[in-house]
Amino acid sequence: MSELTASAAPPLPATAEKLKFYGLWVIAGLVLLLLPKIFSSGGSLTTFSLIGISIIFSLSYNILLGQTGMLSFGHAVYYGLGGFLVIHAINIIGANKLAIPLPIVPLIGGLAGLFFAVLLGWVSTQRSGTAFAMISLGVAELIASSALILRTFFGGEAGVSANRTKLLKLFGWNFGPQIQIYYLVAAWTLIAVIAMYALTRTPLGRMCNAVRDNPERVQFVGYNPHVVRYLAFCFSGFFAGVAGGLAAINFEIANSAYLGAEQSGTVLFATYIGGVGFFIGPIVGAIFVTLLSLGLSDLTQVWQLYFGLIFIAVVLFAPGGITGLLMMHRPLLRAGALARVLPSYLIALLPTLAMIAGLVLSIETTVHYTVNPGDDSHIKAFGVNFDAASPYIWAMAAILLIGGFLLARKTWGWVALAWDSASSAAREKGVAP
Amino acid sequence: MLELIVISTLNGVLFGMLLFLMASGLTVIFSMLGVLNFAHASFYMLGAFFGFQVSRWFGFWPALLIAPLLAGALGAGVERFGLRRVHRNGHVAELLFTFGLAFVIEELVQIIWGKSPVDFRIPALLDFPAFTIFSTNYPAYKMFMLLVSIAIFVGLLLVLKKTRIGLIVQAALTHPHMVGHLGHNVGRIFMLVFGVGTALAAVAGVIAGPALVTQSNMAGLLGPILFVVVVVGGLGSLPGAFVASLLIGLVQTFAVSMNGSLSGAFGPLSPAYASSWLADIWGVTIAQVAPIVPYVLLVLILIFRPMGLLGTRDT
Repeated sequence: MSELTASAAPPLPATAEKLKFYGLWVIAGLVLLLLPKIFSSGGSLTTFSLIGISIIFSLSYNILLGQTGMLSFGHAVYYGLGGFLVIHAINIIGANKLAIPLPIVPLIGGLAGLFFAVLLGWVSTQRSGTAFAMISLGVAELIASSALILRTFFGGEAGVSANRTKLLKLFGWNFGPQIQIYYLVAAWTLIAVIAMYALTRTPLGRMCNAVRDNPERVQFVGYNPHVVRYLAFCFSGFFAGVAGGLAAINFEIANSAYLGAEQSGTVLFATYIGGVGFFIGPIVGAIFVTLLSLGLSDLTQVWQLYFGLIFIAVVLFAPGGITGLLMMHRPLLRAGALARVLPSYLIALLPTLAMIAGLVLSIETTVHYTVNPGDDSHIKAFGVNFDAASPYIWAMAAILLIGGFLLARKTWGWVALAWDSASSAAREKGVAP
Repeated sequence: MLELIVISTLNGVLFGMLLFLMASGLTVIFSMLGVLNFAHASFYMLGAFFGFQVSRWFGFWPALLIAPLLAGALGAGVERFGLRRVHRNGHVAELLFTFGLAFVIEELVQIIWGKSPVDFRIPALLDFPAFTIFSTNYPAYKMFMLLVSIAIFVGLLLVLKKTRIGLIVQAALTHPHMVGHLGHNVGRIFMLVFGVGTALAAVAGVIAGPALVTQSNMAGLLGPILFVVVVVGGLGSLPGAFVASLLIGLVQTFAVSMNGSLSGAFGPLSPAYASSWLADIWGVTIAQVAPIVPYVLLVLILIFRPMGLLGTRDT
């Protein structure tokens, strides 16, 4: 019992812990402030802005998936509607010369997201689990299809554009240059991340976790799981709207792709690959997926296929995502038993990499024959030149793929053994559960 | 008017039966494995593309047999080596696995067959008008589609009601754990059901491929409607899936063939509102709204009957 109360209501933190906690946020703020000083090119500023938007969006998604256990296939609806409302707001503010500066305009996106979440959420959250997933998909399709019908508001296929520089100037900033947009996105990212972290610490945040883990018991305690899910859904919609608004400001356009299934899929990928079990997971995932989608598209023609394969691999082998994988090692690190597993990792890494190389080689060779059959067979993928028509390459791909697979299966067995011995050592020291 | 009703009813029933070919597999898989197969529509698409490829090599009739078998084998493999692995990580992981699979299948199809529609033709044997009603020729191929889907429906019904394996499947629909306790090889039944379910979707793909457009986005277009069918019918209810399939098939077909709009019914909007968003709603025809009709139906069902039409159990 004492253990239970301890985990439900931890003792007040010591001063050192408090310092560490607040220090972390200050450091995060400083990093955001100094980042453009180190990487000052226009391309990296755009990338940082995209990452910031993606972080807010993924964290808002994790309020649903990670915190409340609701798998949504239509989260982009609130992101997109936030974006559209912000674009229209910029146009209206600009045309009427209202005294509203750009930095608070994302709030309009947030309120739009909140409004539509309030409107659509009550029906959507009536059921959890698979039914909720299907309903979110249906609602998303409903909104996305309606967007193509209501042309005046959504601008049809072309979308609606706006000029962000026409708004009230604040300290001489007109938000034309990307650096100013970067700081705007960074500030909102920090605020939103802190707000969403704070949300997980409130009683509501705790009830969300309870609804995720055992809705029946929540009902016995006297809460209505439907209401808790609905509240979580509304908060999530708000932050998604903020992210959408920032995206609209960044691109100065909102179109129907904002609302679409692809956007919903991307945020799901980012959040899950990062890891839904920890607050920091979606942040890691947003950074990873944004960099990956920007980087892979330069390296290979079929980057979306790799993207899907990475996602499936994460679902199959690392359901905790990247952060889940890393956090698994914390007890081992504390017990000083990490050294026992590392060698087996290195051994297993070699055949696994060989297998992946073989897979990539065969995919790229296939792509050469199916997508561009007439082209020169000397192709370049991932910065490596090779001849897709050469039988040696085919043989190498087959050997790497099959040999790598057989060896990898064996070596991962050793990893499991090493893992068991290391974690039992950690358990003896009393640091692992 | 009568012509419209007759033709639309025929088309609607046809579309509904095609939907049911897929929804039945989806429902049985959901009831037994507890996972809604997000990639189900992808197997429909694979069926169409396999059918296209095989019919180029051997002709349409072998394709009608081979393509579903291929897709079914692939489906069984997915269950055996993918889903069974993910199962211990819970239902969300299973759903996400099939979601990723749907994504990868679409990408693969795009790589292999390209993004533009392929030339999947109606077999010459069936390329004639079956009958003429009110000056409209009704193609024989559509009658063939209807007959195939009805034949499979009847076959499925017989298997479910009259055979031992059907008995087990039926039992597993309502009491999945009890079936396991009774000593049936649940793993093998799951694999079989998954394989048969995906093969049925592939049959729908092969017969729908020549009549509709065989393109890499066909799974993405049909998938959401399929999920609407199973949710509206009630998750895990076969009769519900049947009713919902026909309902959505008919509703959508009738909506497409109707041309009315608010401006048609109440006269044109006053010019004062001509450029506002009201003009969009006023001028839109029922045919243009047709794509969103299933989703509106979904929301209405959820408000008034959250379990679905014939659903009995909560998930």
